Amino acid sequence: MALPEQKQSQIDERLSDLTLPEGGVWSSAARADALDRLRAMGLPVRRDEYWRFTDPRGLVSSDAPAAKVLVTDEAPIFEIINALKIVFVDGVFDADQSDDLTLEAVDIQRLSDAASTDIHWAKDIYGVLEARGQSPVQRPLAALNTAFATDGILIHVTGKVSKPINLIYLHQSETSDAILHHCIKLDAGADVTVLENGPAAARFNKVMEVEVADGAAFHHVRTQGRDHERSAATHMFTRLGTESTFKSFTLTVNGVLTRNECVIELTGDDAVAHVAGAAVGDGDFHHDDTVFVTHDAVNCESRQVFKKVLRNGATGVFQGKILVKEGAQKTDGYQISQSLLLDGDSQFLAKPELEIYADDVACSHGSTSGAIDEDALFYLRSRGVPSSEAQDLLTLAFLAEALDEIEDEDIAAVLLERLDGWLSRRRAT
Amino acid sequence: MLEIKNLHVQLEEEDKQILKGVDLTVDAGQLHAIMGPNGSGKSTLSYVLSGKDGYEVTKGSATLEGQDVLDLEPEERAAAGLFLAFQYPVEIPGVGNMTFLRTAVNAQRKARGEEEMSAADFLKAIRARAKELKIDADMLKRPVNVGFSGGEKKRNEILQMAMLEPKMCILDETDSGLDVDAMKLVSEGVNALRNEGRSFLVITHYQRLLDHIKPDVVHIMADGRIVKSGGPELALEVENNGYADILAEVA
Repeated sequence: MALPEQKQSQIDERLSDLTLPEGGVWSSAARADALDRLRAMGLPVRRDEYWRFTDPRGLVSSDAPAAKVLVTDEAPIFEIINALKIVFVDGVFDADQSDDLTLEAVDIQRLSDAASTDIHWAKDIYGVLEARGQSPVQRPLAALNTAFATDGILIHVTGKVSKPINLIYLHQSETSDAILHHCIKLDAGADVTVLENGPAAARFNKVMEVEVADGAAFHHVRTQGRDHERSAATHMFTRLGTESTFKSFTLTVNGVLTRNECVIELTGDDAVAHVAGAAVGDGDFHHDDTVFVTHDAVNCESRQVFKKVLRNGATGVFQGKILVKEGAQKTDGYQISQSLLLDGDSQFLAKPELEIYADDVACSHGSTSGAIDEDALFYLRSRGVPSSEAQDLLTLAFLAEALDEIEDEDIAAVLLERLDGWLSRRRAT
Repeated sequence: MLEIKNLHVQLEEEDKQILKGVDLTVDAGQLHAIMGPNGSGKSTLSYVLSGKDGYEVTKGSATLEGQDVLDLEPEERAAAGLFLAFQYPVEIPGVGNMTFLRTAVNAQRKARGEEEMSAADFLKAIRARAKELKIDADMLKRPVNVGFSGGEKKRNEILQMAMLEPKMCILDETDSGLDVDAMKLVSEGVNALRNEGRSFLVITHYQRLLDHIKPDVVHIMADGRIVKSGGPELALEVENNGYADILAEVA
């Protein structure tokens, strides 16, 4: 079907200054397919059903909106966690700052190296999970990523990995426009934790595809923060086998525009998928979580827990869907999205959706917006806690349910400490 | 210690006078009880003294050791030594009871220019006091008042009072919702804190609490004023005859 005229000219213009990267047989085919998908879909516009709450212009424009690099003496957040470091600067792998990419039970390769080969395990994942995730909801920015990404990391996990893999995204150029594409393949029974942090670039387009085989466990903790003017569109696509586990948590602080999409497909029985996020936004901050969970197997559990604290005109968006396919009996689906609005200028837009074609399921969803509980605030103040400190304590308490989704206590403690530090520093200024 | 003079208070939202000239002086080391029928303004008095929003003082004053408290923020009143044990303690999901107490203790110390309490000293102090009030480790870890029974909430109020060591303690119907055993426990907690430097204002409907916590002075409040004051025997009179006789007598 032909695109509407406006979308056609938009995509033509965007593609006019992009060329498909050179590569081996598998990657060239994957990129060509992705380009076809992208041409057929066009780029998102505000009128599209899933972009009504988020203006995509800054994400689709030919040039990335500039973003100043925040100067800070703050150490990268996961510095104290013993992990294998993989560093990207403005979306380009930096071998000097990265650790040696060898670790027991895991094979790590740079996408640009793997893409030049003719045969690679990644061919069954790269662009494949993304393509599956294009229906029923289109995600053109992910197809654009698959077509044009030249860098990223491919991780094949064969067993239990002894320490987390930490992807660090440094931002140095005010006009950088980074595209990264990662593929992670977990063999049966494998277990790995992947961390991500850093502003990445002025504009960041990232796709992570994760194939979780039977009995495997994937843990993911990410922070997006710092640079106030940065923008990002990220996608996670995952497919889960029998009795496998997927747990992902994202903390977002700052950033003018962030769209995080997570597409989860539960294809094996007894699989578990939890996706959670905490966002703290101030002023010119727009944060969008768009989640789609498909239950296509028996006795699977999914949880979506999203909390946003918004002030000074910040905007939060949540679009979360649970689709229970025919035959996906004994599904346990849960979804909660909540915002704490610290003033009347901020807004939270939520679109929770359930679509269920099985009759023996338990699915619940809820969405709330509220201000700080005045009674709790007075109670704290009456015990001597100053108003601003009491407000921060209640803010952290509000975020606690999302932070509780992080299983690793050390990592959770690092996040909490950082969050607490941010709040108290803002109090001091 | 606490000196209230001709205090007039109305609701901010509506033109309704609640306190119509309260005069009350509590000396250091004394325990005063305020009794009175529903709607007489007892709880309003406790809220106004602790600084809750929604009330407007139209006339009169309240001072703590000579310092005007009505102009202070609630946290400043707390740091100055004022404590209110709530009639309905507030549940705060997500904030651990212990974290809450340590934050409060240290915030008050900081406000007074004192050194913060070390984690070890704090733990030692809270364990000893929790034990006296039969508050177990689990209750200390749980979020503030969440899932606590009525009795547990009131014991938790007394625990906070014991940790914060205020000079002027106001207890707003601390006996409501307590069974006999819990009332005894709470009373013992209060009595343990009584000393010559600390004063109490105990608001209650029932004389029973005053069997356990012996007041120096009992006040009867009605229609926004203290209408009668006397010794402990006044509470017994209320218990036996209700308020009607007293109110008729002062009318």
